This record gives sequence, C-alpha cells and structure tokens, in this order.
Amino acid sequence: MRNLIKDIFTGRNGSFRHGIHPPENKDETNGRPIRQFDFAPLIILPLAQHIGAPSELVVREGQEVMRGQLLAKANGYVSVPLHAPVSGKIRKIANVPTIKGTMSPGIFLETFPYSTQEVLEGTPVDVNTASAEEILQGIQAAGIVGLGGAAFPTHVKLKVPEGKPCEYLMLNGIECEPYLTTDHRVMLEQEEDIFMGIRYLLKVTGAKKVIIGIEANKQDAADHLEATAPDDLPVTVKVVPVKYPQGSEKMLITALTGREVPSGGLPIDVGCVVVNIATTAEIGRLLPHGRGIQERVVTITGSGIRHKGNYLIPIGTPLRYVLEQVGAVDNISEVYMGGPMMGMAAANLDISIVKGTSGIVVFAENTVDRPGKVYPCIKCAACVEACPLMLNPSKLGILAKYEDYDTMAERYHLMDCFECGACSYVCPSHIPLVQYFRLSKSIVRKRQKAQPTA
Amino acid sequence: MTILIAIAALGGLTLVLATMLIVANRKLYVYEDPRIDVVEELLPSANCGACGLPGCRPFAEALVNGAVQPAQCTVSTEADRQAIADYLGVEMGDANKLVARLACAGGSHVARNRAQYTGVPSCRAAALVSGGGKGCSWGCLGFGDCEVVCDFDAITMDPHGLPVVDEEKCTACGDCVEVCPKDLFSLHPVSHQLWVACKNEEEGDGILEECEVACTACGKCAMDAGELITMENNLPVVHYDQYPQQQAPIQRCPTGAIVWLDKKLGAIKGAESKKIVRKGERPMGTS
Repeated sequence: MRNLIKDIFTGRNGSFRHGIHPPENKDETNGRPIRQFDFAPLIILPLAQHIGAPSELVVREGQEVMRGQLLAKANGYVSVPLHAPVSGKIRKIANVPTIKGTMSPGIFLETFPYSTQEVLEGTPVDVNTASAEEILQGIQAAGIVGLGGAAFPTHVKLKVPEGKPCEYLMLNGIECEPYLTTDHRVMLEQEEDIFMGIRYLLKVTGAKKVIIGIEANKQDAADHLEATAPDDLPVTVKVVPVKYPQGSEKMLITALTGREVPSGGLPIDVGCVVVNIATTAEIGRLLPHGRGIQERVVTITGSGIRHKGNYLIPIGTPLRYVLEQVGAVDNISEVYMGGPMMGMAAANLDISIVKGTSGIVVFAENTVDRPGKVYPCIKCAACVEACPLMLNPSKLGILAKYEDYDTMAERYHLMDCFECGACSYVCPSHIPLVQYFRLSKSIVRKRQKAQPTA
Repeated sequence: MTILIAIAALGGLTLVLATMLIVANRKLYVYEDPRIDVVEELLPSANCGACGLPGCRPFAEALVNGAVQPAQCTVSTEADRQAIADYLGVEMGDANKLVARLACAGGSHVARNRAQYTGVPSCRAAALVSGGGKGCSWGCLGFGDCEVVCDFDAITMDPHGLPVVDEEKCTACGDCVEVCPKDLFSLHPVSHQLWVACKNEEEGDGILEECEVACTACGKCAMDAGELITMENNLPVVHYDQYPQQQAPIQRCPTGAIVWLDKKLGAIKGAESKKIVRKGERPMGTS
C-alpha cells in the first residue's frame, strides 16, 4: 500500500518515469530455440571489440590456432583478451572494416574445414576456492565484456571500490529493445549457467541480494528462472512493466529499487551493480573451464530475413556470410547491428559480428517508413515527456542547431544523455534529436580533450 | 536668492568632482603604447586566431612588444605586413603563405557510395553513423562542413561534392582542419606543389572498386624519386625539405593520386593516369 501511494506521487508506477513504448515485434523469434551457426570459411576479428585499449597480438601470420586459443592479450586494465573463435590458420594480420566505418587492426582467420572444432580448455577458476581478485582476473582472461551491446569490460565494472558497499546485484534481463530476443532465449535455455554465474558475481561484489529484472512480456522466462533457482541463492525475480529504455542501467535501478543514480555517478553510488543476464551466463559457462569467449547469441530478424531466429554465432563471422546463411532477401535496404532503437546502422556488409552484437535487424525495401520532412520544433514537449533522464531535448535540439555546444553541456546536462532515442521516436516534427546529441557529445568530448583544464 | 544657492551648490559639487577626476587621472594613469592602436588599425580585424593569439588586439600588443613578427598574421596582405614592419621598424619575418590542402580527390564522379545516408546533412554527423555512406573509409563525405566553417569564403564545394580551396582567399586559420571528421585538411606552404591527394592506407587495387583515383600503394612514384618521396603506411610521403621538387613522380602514377598543384591550372595529373571522363555521379554500389 505504501509503495502504491509512493508510486502515485512519484509517477513511477512500478517502473521508472517517462520513457516510451515502441512496438515490440518480438513474437517472430522469441519462440525459436538458440541454434548453433555454421563456421564461416573466413573469420574477421577486429582487435578493438570492447571499450578501452585494443588487445595486443600474440600470434603471427601463418600460425595455426586452435578454437579457444589466445590470439591477443589484454593491453592494460581496461582491456580484454581475444580468443580464436574457430580452429584454423591466420591468413593475414591487417586492417579490417569496423562498424564505426573506420579500418582498424585485426586478424583474418581461415577456418579448417574438417576440424572437429573442439574448444581448448584453460586453467579453471573454481567458485568455491578462488578469491574475489582471482575471479576478476578470470573474468578478464575470459575476454568477457557487457554482451548487452556496450561491450564494456565486465571485470572493470565489477570492481567494487572500497568504502562503497554493494547491496544489490542486479541481473538485467529486461531486453527493452524492440525485435531482440537474445536474453529471453538465454534465460529460458541457459539457467544453469546463469545461476553458476551468479555464484561468481556474488563472491566478487559481496552483494547480499540478487534481483533479476525481467519485463512483463517475458513472463515465461521469469517463471522458469523462479522455478529453477537453487535454494541457497538469494535470488528474487522481479517482473516490471514493459517500457523503453528500461534496459539501461540507471533506469533499471530506478525501476527495481526506486533509487536514482546521480548525474555523472555510477550504480555503485547507490549500492548496486548491474550485469547483463547473457554476460552472467557467459561467466558461469566459461570460468569453470578457464575458456575464453568465442561465440555469442544473436537474434537475426526483420522483414528482410527469411529464416529468423536466435543463433549462437562465432565472434568474427562476417555479416555478409551471416546474411547469406539466414536467407536475406535481395532488396534489403537497412541493416542494424543491435536493435532498431540503439543499434548502429551498418554501411558496409564486410564488417563482422563482434562481442557486442546482440542482434541483426534487417529491413527489406519499402517495409520501413522513412522519416518525413523535418519541421521546426513546435514546443509540444513530447520529447520532454519521453526523456527518461528528465533532460529537455527540445531546448537541446534548438541549441544543437545553432551549434551552441558549450551551453548544452554546461547548462542542459548534454553529457548525461545516453542516446536512447526516445526523443526522436516521439518527435512529431521528425527532428533527428538523438543524432544531434550524438554529434554534440562527440564535439564536446573533442573540445574537452583539447583543453583538459577548461 | 534660491537660484544662486542652487548654482553655487551645483558649481561647488562640479568643482569637487572635477578635482577628484583630475587626481584620479594623474594617480591611476596606465601608460598604453599608442602604437598598439595604429598597428591594430593595420591588421585585418578578422579575429580568426590563425596567429595563435586570441584576436587582433592581442596580436597588435604582441607585435609592439616584439614577441611576434608581422608575417605571423596570415590574413593581412603583403603591403599591410610591410607597413606594420616599417612602422615598428622590425623585420617582417618569413612570410611563407600557408594554405589548406585536401588529401582526397574522390568526388562523386569517381568514388562510389556504399550506402545511402539520410540524416543531419553534416559530415561530422554522418561520420558517426558507420562512418558515412562512402565506399572509401578515408574519403571526403562531401556535406561541406568545411565550407560552412570557413570565415573567408575560401572553400566552395565543386559539382562532385569536393571542397575546393581558393588559395588567394585562404588564410590558413585552420578551422577546416579542425572540423573535418576524416582529418583530410592540413596546412601547407603554397610552395609545396607536389601533393598526395589520397589518404587510403590499404594496399592493393581493391580500393579502386570504391574510388578510381585512390592511391594503391604501388610505390611507382617513390621508385626513383630518391629522398623526395618515401612510402609510409601504404601512402607516399613527400619530403618537402628535399629540393628540387619535380613533376616527374606524378607521371608514373597509374591512378592520378599524386598530383602537381599549379597556381593557374589546378591539379595536374600525370600522363600515365587513367583519364576520368565521367561527368555525372558514379553509380552506387550493390553492397
């Protein structure tokens, strides 16, 4: 009752404030089990698949490598190693195309066609005997990054600073992005890995409670996890209303606990650590064997795909090969790496699946509405109502148009924006607000870099 | 009577205040070199910052103090610089005129687009979306952010969507260098006429699929150019300190990626390079 009254006053209604509700479009793939994908004849691996310093090569051209073997080691603390996704021969070490549109150093790996593709085992990290520090090292050595899409090295995120106790460990099974069903299938099929991962995470963070946040459209996954949870784990499954962008760390914390992460702060400032559910499963699967991450679950869907589904795809599989295998139609017009809201549009089909690719959404010609003519802002405040961070996108958009980037950053909290795109989605004038903000943020960052004192 | 009191009171007040002002003027006087005003008059008042100082007034102060030389103002004309130098009785300095040069020749008639970009029509915005639609990862996106940012109207976009720098108007303020998301502009003395108009770092002919005038790193230009040209990172690097510069290297380039910039004729390509006759847009790629 108290909560209900609180919800009425704060306007949270069991979730966070504001946000939008785009069509979910998950029905076509959420019932399809995860299937192993074929090994592409040529694997293309960029060395920078994560946020932080690119990995450092430890192999040479012409070398034969086994699946799971270390190809590049972590270069510093905010960096992770890279493992061979297939057994094969390194054909070339050269620049490879990336989703950013730039060429960056990488590895071309030729798959052995008749290999058994057995995975190399490493030094196991036992959950019962290993210390927190050893588990963190194990997570880094496994090359694990946030599989939700941001690809931030997980061990950096899990390092709880001294003096800031971690109260809740939150597992993010929200998957608010339309079309994607990756986490949904992982929760239904890999519950053992998830609970194993939770044991590791509890030891690292020292948290006392675990909350798994799941949106109401995945009730079956919530029921499944609740039914299979081991009795000795302090796990609660919490189902929250469907709303975008609930899968964002800060929104999730507000939805589950009512706490608000301060501007510029981290979840640990309010006693929380948030980990993606697929990342947790990956930790639980890899660490007991000391393996490195070499494949991930990717949802492939959209009007341009004939065989939609959830596939376990080796990292580095070229996008072009993936589209050939799943039967992309001839007249594809748009390809998104990730979901349609926060994913990146791919301008080049020669890029490959990286650790952060959670989905591939392909639209055929004439099946998507193109944004119409851009009209001036009519100050209807639809974007203000939508912004989950309580920013003023209308004002920011006007300032961006006049290139007043400093005012945007100093007075209107531009840098808090995490580019969820809710403002652009609701704008009746079709103003590409989120693109303006992405541009503005990059310019502000460039300026701050140029004058670190200012 | 009343009127006299009023006059006396106001007159007295005036006298007191005037005395205070006179005293203040004597006691708090700050000497400012009158030459600064004269020099500032001779400067172009563009406040562009190309000299490295915040504006023309600070530059004038620095000139009078002898901290800088008149030639450091790239915007003023030869005559103005000489006038300042004569007035202050200093050396004019090395007036090596710098201009902005674009390291790309891939206009829409020779370079193809891989994807169609619809969004904010700005290079910087397009570069953030998968690097823009251009086939070549290094090439000019052609939305003309440099044209917009140029305060001196020295940059115009040609029909193929490539910026053309008017060397007469260019003052080397460096705004275009800063704004280009692909880092294609750099400042060079006008005397550097041998110019590599490409930034592609990939080796081999594969890039010709995307752009017909790209450098394929064949190394023919560097082959017998001695110290003048060396290949670094799959691109020819011209060492301008090696004299004399010569037109010979451009003659061997098969694609016309290395050119000779002539003041009147523009970019001259070698005889070996394939002639580009297409007037319209190069058809979009299939992928």
